[in-house]
Amino acid sequence: MSDHEYNPKSKFGKWFNDRLPLLTLANHLTDYPTPKNLNYWWTFGGILTFCLITQIVTGLVLAMHYIAHADMAFDSVEHIMRDVNYGWLIRYIHANGASMFFLAVYIHIFRSLFYGSYKAPREIIWIIGIIIYLLMMAAAFMGYVLPWGQMSFWGATVITNLFSAIPLVGEGIVTWLWGGYSVDNPTLTRFFTLHYLIPFLILGLVVLHIWALHVPGNNNPIGIDVKKPSKDTVPFHPYIVIKDGFALLMFMIVFAFFVFYTPNILGHADNYIEANPLVTPAHIVPEWYLLPFYAILRSVPDKLLGVVAMLSAIFILAALPWLDTSKIRSAVFRPLYRQFYWILVADVLILGYVGAMPAEGLYLLIARIATAYYFLHFLVILPLLGFKEKTLPVPLSITEPILGGSPNLAAAKNKESFEK
Amino acid sequence: MKNFIRILFIITLIFGFQYSSIAAEKVEYLKTDWSFKGLFGKFDRSALQRGYQVYTEVCSSCHSMKYLSYRNLSEKGGPEFSEAQAKAIAASFEVKDGPNSDGEMFTRPGKLSDKFVMPYDNVKAAQAANGGAYPPDMSVLVKARGGGVDYIYSLLQGYEDPPVGFMLEDGVYYNKYMYGNKIKMSNQLSDGLVEYSDGTKATVEQMSKDVTTFLMWAAEPHLEARHKMGFKAIVYLIILTTLVYFSMKKIWSRIETKV
Repeated sequence: MSDHEYNPKSKFGKWFNDRLPLLTLANHLTDYPTPKNLNYWWTFGGILTFCLITQIVTGLVLAMHYIAHADMAFDSVEHIMRDVNYGWLIRYIHANGASMFFLAVYIHIFRSLFYGSYKAPREIIWIIGIIIYLLMMAAAFMGYVLPWGQMSFWGATVITNLFSAIPLVGEGIVTWLWGGYSVDNPTLTRFFTLHYLIPFLILGLVVLHIWALHVPGNNNPIGIDVKKPSKDTVPFHPYIVIKDGFALLMFMIVFAFFVFYTPNILGHADNYIEANPLVTPAHIVPEWYLLPFYAILRSVPDKLLGVVAMLSAIFILAALPWLDTSKIRSAVFRPLYRQFYWILVADVLILGYVGAMPAEGLYLLIARIATAYYFLHFLVILPLLGFKEKTLPVPLSITEPILGGSPNLAAAKNKESFEK
Repeated sequence: MKNFIRILFIITLIFGFQYSSIAAEKVEYLKTDWSFKGLFGKFDRSALQRGYQVYTEVCSSCHSMKYLSYRNLSEKGGPEFSEAQAKAIAASFEVKDGPNSDGEMFTRPGKLSDKFVMPYDNVKAAQAANGGAYPPDMSVLVKARGGGVDYIYSLLQGYEDPPVGFMLEDGVYYNKYMYGNKIKMSNQLSDGLVEYSDGTKATVEQMSKDVTTFLMWAAEPHLEARHKMGFKAIVYLIILTTLVYFSMKKIWSRIETKV
């Protein structure tokens, strides 16, 4: 948090701030010292906030016109597309916004993996981030069910059926989730309620995520601790604000292209067919952003173990700060980790690809190898690398290219000088 | 900036993956120039009007279009019949209404606000009349099929004699582009089947193209408005991005760090 006391100039400001320190908060947010060497991969935090707000605002408008009823949901979506003023725009922004949200969050997560942002003292930020990611997946899944198309219905059937893998109580839980003996109207209404609720939970967690970030401050591309404020930092406003703004605008151009020119490319055609419990689609596939986990699920022949593998693939991320034993944060100074990092990126992309393909023959084999590698990376390679890897010398500060630092050395030195 | 090119590269890579995974399932469809594709794509007004004619005279005896109203026919960005024409079209259909003050249902001529009259009372009736197959509602049909307009366009022209040894049950027809090559709809189009009032020759190809264009509009009635707004929005964003880029350069020049 800001080191210096903030004193409002006006009398009223002082009176107000003594009772509710909003001005201190605003001052902290503008002055917040940020490492000056942050690159564009760091702009996705702001972009994600934009995505969340966009989804909430467009979602609110959609909810005013949408009808959560098995017989009317599909019709009401077409009503939005045809007769609500600019309904098509709102809906396409919301539908493509989900994809953009996930695109940004994956870049955000992989940035963290590359630069070791999850390591001490930022473990809590990271874990909150993983919870946000989990909630995002839940929200996106339930949102995809709401138009009540064929993929909505059958996707919901497949995913909720996963719970039946739980021994003894599985079947009971599935019936309880459905509110009946199959996916039907009660399922739709509760999914709508939860889909409405979750974004606000995410919003709350985002506040905590940012709060937790502002305690140690941002990590940076060379991964060293930075003295704040110093020559190594710039105030958040205007430097980072304008840079985030520029990146956000670039992102919006891509976003706009999808919304206005290929609004349906990321969805599945079957979802424009109204849900029919009597007809199963040829291939049931989730949205693209869930495909890697879908591939992991299907690569295990046993249902229960498949579910366990899929959930572990997500929860293993929460343990990452302790699985990665290296003292060095940034991959810039970790030549071996850097290579394994890119292999992991390729591995996840491959999982996504085979997740879209039928689970048979060569695809299944690839999926199994890629799944095995995914776990190998986190459970074996990462812990071992910390001991085996010869890292490159780390600079002491961002501005002065003096080598020989360690991620915590600079901080230690600062502390030393402070104590003197 | 270099980083941005990298980001864009990764983005295209991810979506390229998606594209290729979708493309893998495709058969080679017949190609034609669609006027509504591209940055400035617009519907060909006369093709839409001809397409509507093909729909009413041929398709509508089995296929419903439950999300369309007669008023849509005169709306901007559609076939743009004059309001009088749309009224006349609506009035040519018998619409079931009621109950009236005596509690009885009655029929009356259609109005602009009426939805397109359905060929069958319900799905069961449609199935009974079509050998068990339900002729799908056509309102969003082009969006509900993987190949979109190209698929519909090809399918309408894809009827041919089955290869030797290909078994066809009764009431099932061979179509080159249908999934599994078996379709329960017989070949509906033949040269000169309808008579276009604008003098266009009604070949199978022409009718397929016209009716597919009409279906595209039916599924995406605001496509023209979307393209128009999209162009404006993207130009606006590009200008704003450029301005912000230079402002950023200026602000960051106060300190000796490259952005």
